[in-house]
Amino acid sequence: MTDLTDLGVKAIRDGVAAGDFTAREVAEAFNANVAAASALNAFIVATPDKALEAADTVDTARAAGKPLGKMAGVPIGMKDLFATRGVQTTAASHILEGFVPEYESTVSQKLWDAGAGMLGKLNLDQFAMGSSNETSYFGNVISPWRRKGGNAALAPGGSSGGSSAAVAARLCPAATGTDTGGSIRQPAAFTGIAGIKPTYGRCSRWGVVAFASSLDQAGPMARSVEDCALMLEAMAGFDPKDSTSLDLPVPEWAASLDADLKGKRVGIPREYRMDGTDPDILGSWDQGIAWLKDAGAEVVDISLPHTKYALPAYYIIAPAEASSNLARYDGVRYGLRELPQGANLQEMYAATRAAGFGDEVKRRILIGTYVLSAGFYDAYYTQAQKVRTLIARDFSEAWARCDVILAPTTPTAAFALGDKLDDPLAMYLNDVFSVPASLAGLPAMSVPAGLNGESLPLGLQIIGRPFDEQSVLNAGLAIEQRAGFTARPETWW
Amino acid sequence: MSVTRETVAKIASLARIRMDEPELDRMVPELNSILGWIEQLGEVDCAGVEPMTAVIPQALRLREDVVDADPLTGGGLRDAVLANAPVAEHGFFGVPKVIE
Repeated sequence: MTDLTDLGVKAIRDGVAAGDFTAREVAEAFNANVAAASALNAFIVATPDKALEAADTVDTARAAGKPLGKMAGVPIGMKDLFATRGVQTTAASHILEGFVPEYESTVSQKLWDAGAGMLGKLNLDQFAMGSSNETSYFGNVISPWRRKGGNAALAPGGSSGGSSAAVAARLCPAATGTDTGGSIRQPAAFTGIAGIKPTYGRCSRWGVVAFASSLDQAGPMARSVEDCALMLEAMAGFDPKDSTSLDLPVPEWAASLDADLKGKRVGIPREYRMDGTDPDILGSWDQGIAWLKDAGAEVVDISLPHTKYALPAYYIIAPAEASSNLARYDGVRYGLRELPQGANLQEMYAATRAAGFGDEVKRRILIGTYVLSAGFYDAYYTQAQKVRTLIARDFSEAWARCDVILAPTTPTAAFALGDKLDDPLAMYLNDVFSVPASLAGLPAMSVPAGLNGESLPLGLQIIGRPFDEQSVLNAGLAIEQRAGFTARPETWW
Repeated sequence: MSVTRETVAKIASLARIRMDEPELDRMVPELNSILGWIEQLGEVDCAGVEPMTAVIPQALRLREDVVDADPLTGGGLRDAVLANAPVAEHGFFGVPKVIE
């Protein structure tokens, strides 16, 4: 019999519906993998009983001949940034340790309504701030991948590093992620899986711990393009509780998948060919161009002239929004309280936040506070928002010449844990290819393209027009079919 | 533009994050390296460019003007709201004394 944990979302759902196996058998198999993988530290909390309970509900519904949901019988990992009723939700921070929400995020509720079950809450960079999953209060996530002939612990990417590690290591067939500047795409690329950030507003932000609200967007991470499409259908949809939620119908992305790209134009942005980019990355980009031509697409050279300014603009806008969003952690309403002997209210706030936030979070709150402060607001924040307008304009002008854009997801393959920890700026630069699409609110996905010389996965990124997830997924499928990526990490954990 | 130790201490106080001397000493060069790199935005000609306010243009909605239009975010949830408070007494959040 096939190992159930090798199956993806669609195969599990269809197998459960057909009666090839029960949802309970699937949940038990994944629960066992989760329990055996504590060395990866991918989960902050495992919830095997939740997974079994959801599975039993699906099995009972099937036995009664009731209609089954889009994700029926599929156990998933939930990034610990989504509020889950009755299950600790921490954003990987000390300040929220022990916080047990009284409510459920819209996205997670939609997944449960579609028949999915929860294997546990996945580790991440603290408040989703990081690119290597080294800022979590609950410890680093270790990538299941290792370099050929080496056993150095590698970064699973960030901030959705628990999600990427868990999906790559077959601890779950799919997981939720969130992407503010690349936090779905970069970890997907580092671990040889697929992940899509939809158009800003497709997935409700209600109940998702806020980092930078004008950028935050949830999306699925899975091992195939089709699985991403299916899961995104279950996650997306209008929510009146999120003021920036898109009031649009959710398309049937999975059923409409089509890898024939005849008549489609693929833009290759010349500014993404940067000095210092790993030759393996450039090689996989060239390979991706050849694959899309083979799928019938016409390849055109395009220019996105403000690309180089995207990262510095992002590192003003995101910390500015974070400094405002994170003001809510005050030791009064939820989470940690530090009350030194004789302290007054202001001292309690300052002591609580000093004890509850990690270094990277403090750094970003300070930068955000500084760029928003009197006398600097126009020079930093207003200027960054103007540059953001120019970056979005670059893309809208490019759409006159092409339908999707192909680029690398990251400038390098996964780096070792600790490599960039002492230099925040070097860490930020890892998001150079993913941040522009975030600033412009565009749908973008990463798909596995192959392995580099050290046997580590490389990802290719496809960026699309607003609301056109379908073209992004279609181009992703065309690459997936030609890349034939079947590599997987050897089990060492 | 670079920040001094005094500026960082001031920002930390505005952000209500207590920082001791060694932490401030560590933070000053880190922030200066990030701020120095951000400076390059100044070279972009933004004459006549409006700052972005919404990445996907859409009109802000108003909710229905009725009590508890959405039961999840409406009223009557005092116990749920207080459930995670570090200190809750008599149906209120508890804080250190603020009036002498």
